[in-house]
Amino acid sequence: MSEALIRDTETPAAAPAGTVDLRREYEEAGVRDVLDELDRSLVGLAPVKKRIRETAALLLVERARRRLGLAHETPTLHMSFTGNPGTGKTTVALRMADLLHRLGYVRKGHLVSVTRDDLVGQYIGHTAPKTKDILKKAMGGVLFIDEAYYLYRPENERDYGQEAIEILLQVMENQRDDLVVILAGYADRMDRFFESNPGFRSRIAHHIDFPDYSDAELLQISVGMLERQNYHLSAEAEAMLARYIEQRRAQPHFANARSMRNALDRARLRQANRLFERSTGPLDAETLSRIEAEDIAASRVFDQKRPAAAELTEETR
Amino acid sequence: MRVTQGTFSFLPDLTDEQITAQVQYCLDNGWAVNIEYTDDPHPRNTYWDMWGQPMFDIPDAAGIMMELAACRKAHGHLYIRLSAFDSSHGWESVKLSFLVNRPVEEPGFRLRRSEGEGRNIRYTTDPYSTDRPEGSRYQG
Repeated sequence: MSEALIRDTETPAAAPAGTVDLRREYEEAGVRDVLDELDRSLVGLAPVKKRIRETAALLLVERARRRLGLAHETPTLHMSFTGNPGTGKTTVALRMADLLHRLGYVRKGHLVSVTRDDLVGQYIGHTAPKTKDILKKAMGGVLFIDEAYYLYRPENERDYGQEAIEILLQVMENQRDDLVVILAGYADRMDRFFESNPGFRSRIAHHIDFPDYSDAELLQISVGMLERQNYHLSAEAEAMLARYIEQRRAQPHFANARSMRNALDRARLRQANRLFERSTGPLDAETLSRIEAEDIAASRVFDQKRPAAAELTEETR
Repeated sequence: MRVTQGTFSFLPDLTDEQITAQVQYCLDNGWAVNIEYTDDPHPRNTYWDMWGQPMFDIPDAAGIMMELAACRKAHGHLYIRLSAFDSSHGWESVKLSFLVNRPVEEPGFRLRRSEGEGRNIRYTTDPYSTDRPEGSRYQG
């Protein structure tokens, strides 16, 4: 009788003692929210999303094992993100910090994003305090080191970067509970960096490679960016933008989504100029938020006859 | 004689875990935690040496504990305290301060009585440890 009562009062989804319901954990930890958000907010990047899903599953199982007393050590969570500029490494790092926080692998879940300048000092004895300051700030969260290979300068043996690397390695090893480090940069240079710093390679468990976006994905990203700022493209403008992407890719200094953001900023500038110079009466919201083909067509990317096109900087494109 | 200064000083010494919890409480309130050390335990000695700089903008206690470990390595034979500074307008002062490290031997204080006019007596306390010059106290 009493047994039946107890069974009735239990929620049906509750796992019996000594077992773990992964589905339930998945829902309760909010991992699904993060992964869904990742799917929604990031266009393309299928291999990256797959790797993150796998990593999330691993961490979930590891957490369940820990709960049942099967695992005691914190798994190595340091990661390396490799890929060309503008492929979403920083954005994914932010999501990763959130994911690790929800799974309880980092306590605070904030992301501290640094480059060589923030870690390496200018004179003897300056580097260690600087690096430690950053590490202190990043404790309980994720430290994101962009273009990490600049830390190591083989051509200058007295470079202070080595000192920062040593401190980093020490903390990465000894305080795995407190800090997760993500290194990011171009694939080939990161490979060379890991070759010359075997200590890093062995301490990093997850290597995630970010592929370039396809033309269609870049177009989708651009439309999304404009939508978030309450702009939209006319049909001709969209076709023009597709052509722009094709041409822009063939030119130097192409930085995927970042190039698109810059291109759209310039298109908005041209749109504002056009409206200002040609408007004769009051403008409605529709006109103010529509980008026309001519705003994009004025870009110098289409101007292939100019011999100096290759020397143009990112800003003037 | 066990020196009792600051919060928690009548309790047994805090473990690192307890210190971490206190530090996290301070950080969650937005206070900057500082580490100070001294070899002069006189209660009126307000000028302790600072270990590093005040630590603003740190979200997690692990960062402070890392510095505390470094301070203990260098000054483990002295008194070390943590103080939490509230920089918000109107407060701008220390909200919490407690000892996190003390010497193995605490010789205590000498009470001096000096006789004044009439039968008047003035009292002064002197730490025995300050008989020796600064820097060479608590050498064991």
